[in-house]
Amino acid sequence: MAWFKKEKYTKLNPPKMRDRIPEGLMRKCDKCLEPVVSKDFEENLKVCMKCGHHHKLSARERIALITDEGSFTEMFTNIQTTDPLNFVDSKDYPTRIKGAKKSGYDEAVVCGTAKIHGRPVALAVMAFDFVGGSMGSVVGERITRTIEHGAAEGLPVIVVSSSGGARMQEGILSLMQMAKTSGALARLAAKNLPYISVLCDPSTAGVMASYASLGDVIVAEPDAQIGFAGPRVIEQTIRQSLPEGFQRSDFVREHGFLDRVVERKNLKNELGLLLFYMTRQKFDEPHEEPAGVAAASAR
Amino acid sequence: MPVTAFDFEKPLTELEQKLQELEKQEPRDEAAVEAVRAELEQKQQEIYSNLTPWQKVLMARHSDRPHALDYVQALMTDFMELSGDRAFADDKAIACGFATFRGMPVAVCAQQKGKDTKENLVRNWGMSNPEGYRKAMRVMRLAEKFKLPVVVFIDTPGAFPGIGAEERGQAEAIARNIRDMFTLTVPVICIVIGEGASGGALGVGVGDVILALENSWYCVISPEGCAAILWKDRAQAERAAEQLKLTPKDLIELGVIDEIVPEPIGGAHRNPGETYRNVASALEAHLKRLSRFSEEQLLEMRYQKFRAMGRFVDTDAEPAVAETESAEETAAQESNVKEAAGVEVASEG
Repeated sequence: MAWFKKEKYTKLNPPKMRDRIPEGLMRKCDKCLEPVVSKDFEENLKVCMKCGHHHKLSARERIALITDEGSFTEMFTNIQTTDPLNFVDSKDYPTRIKGAKKSGYDEAVVCGTAKIHGRPVALAVMAFDFVGGSMGSVVGERITRTIEHGAAEGLPVIVVSSSGGARMQEGILSLMQMAKTSGALARLAAKNLPYISVLCDPSTAGVMASYASLGDVIVAEPDAQIGFAGPRVIEQTIRQSLPEGFQRSDFVREHGFLDRVVERKNLKNELGLLLFYMTRQKFDEPHEEPAGVAAASAR
Repeated sequence: MPVTAFDFEKPLTELEQKLQELEKQEPRDEAAVEAVRAELEQKQQEIYSNLTPWQKVLMARHSDRPHALDYVQALMTDFMELSGDRAFADDKAIACGFATFRGMPVAVCAQQKGKDTKENLVRNWGMSNPEGYRKAMRVMRLAEKFKLPVVVFIDTPGAFPGIGAEERGQAEAIARNIRDMFTLTVPVICIVIGEGASGGALGVGVGDVILALENSWYCVISPEGCAAILWKDRAQAERAAEQLKLTPKDLIELGVIDEIVPEPIGGAHRNPGETYRNVASALEAHLKRLSRFSEEQLLEMRYQKFRAMGRFVDTDAEPAVAETESAEETAAQESNVKEAAGVEVASEG
């Protein structure tokens, strides 16, 4: 049956998909592995057009996403990392910090003031690119100062979390940042000022067991990992595998520890609307409806 | 009753046996007995005053060590346990209630480990679920309502990592406790009597005074957990313990605890009576001192205490001149701040 000798027709040996596409034009979704056009992907705020997976954003991308253009003023950059324990693992801690600065961030949080649909806020956005967004003394101090700034100036406070938890290399001092930040939130609450916690993938351990859990309102991006203990630790402890969707946004909301799961494209409007609801004003006082209200209700 | 000895205690065990044999001998060789006794004492000093961080971790976990309710029984009378978080269940890993200490009523939260496997199955090895933290806060709020000081005994290998714990909001329970302990208008004294592991400990660990027994540890992660993450090998725990600065002496230097409560030679389990006495006198002194402050002063001091924790460089701050001078300056500034905040610094004793 020589007719079916395939060799003749397949000799062309077409170049693989990967080779035909110029570098950077396409990329794969981290979740569904489907190829997507990079430009569209960026325009879609790094959310996969095929499966809706929210890829991580950098802290500056998040600030640009949720604040009014040009309204963000960074603060507390004078607070810088030191090496309180002289910690050495595979490398010493100062070297690790120096390496982490290649991410373009000087620590795992960017803080300051900004406006969201015209409403001023004190804002802290965690930078996962810097040592996994881990919380050491600098993160704790900057966030505490942000909260205190909000309390002093009468501003609502928003913290956007994206962190694996406390930073081991600063030992007990990292743990105490949970206390410091939570104490500042107690004082903010006593002034009846709003605190909104925004959870991004991942928000776990020490960060989740302190300020990230304490929002008057807590919102999260879809499918973010949110929880206290790491999945591996839980599996080792209970010796069984974890159910699908465990510790993900929907799971956490269904168990009552999260108010809303918000798609990235709606986040700014939702925050604007929340601020509208949470900022005290008298009914007969002249006020301007924020753009966020119209936009959110138009959906 | 013989106590389980660690490897590093072997030289002592040998000397103790030798001493016992000599003491039994007839006729007794007094000189030899004295010599061995002296050698034993010297060796004890040498070993116990130079415990490595890892050895301290082992001591803190010793199964014969007094656990939280042992202190409650020994130091206090009429302990009346209160159960349940009024929402889900009663968590046996933490015992809470009212008790009488030196004739005065107090509220107690006691993280309780079991002395054997059977008891540990009930106590969950001292690992609380969310309902445990919520029960503790419920009792602390009662204390506030009835103006009782709160005494917290910390001894936990960590908050329990389980499916149910996550479903019921372990992170939220701890976070809320940490925040709300800052608002309690009564004195709060916390004492780490064994293991102070991470959020599991801090979830009941915000107080006006933080004490730690000499052979205890308090850290952001257990040495094993740290080793598993950094070196992918739990066997590196000893190395992690060295790095983490988790001993009471380190904690004093880092400004996290206020005072180390001394243990008898060889550790709390070798002479519980002496340990109880030491803990009791430390508690009494601090309760007396704290009772002099107003509610506002307590809240302000507690906030400032934790506000100051952490080490960083402030590039805006003026460079320090001479070390002694700047230390004096800081002290002066601190007293200014305290005065400005209306806080009176009461003298000890």
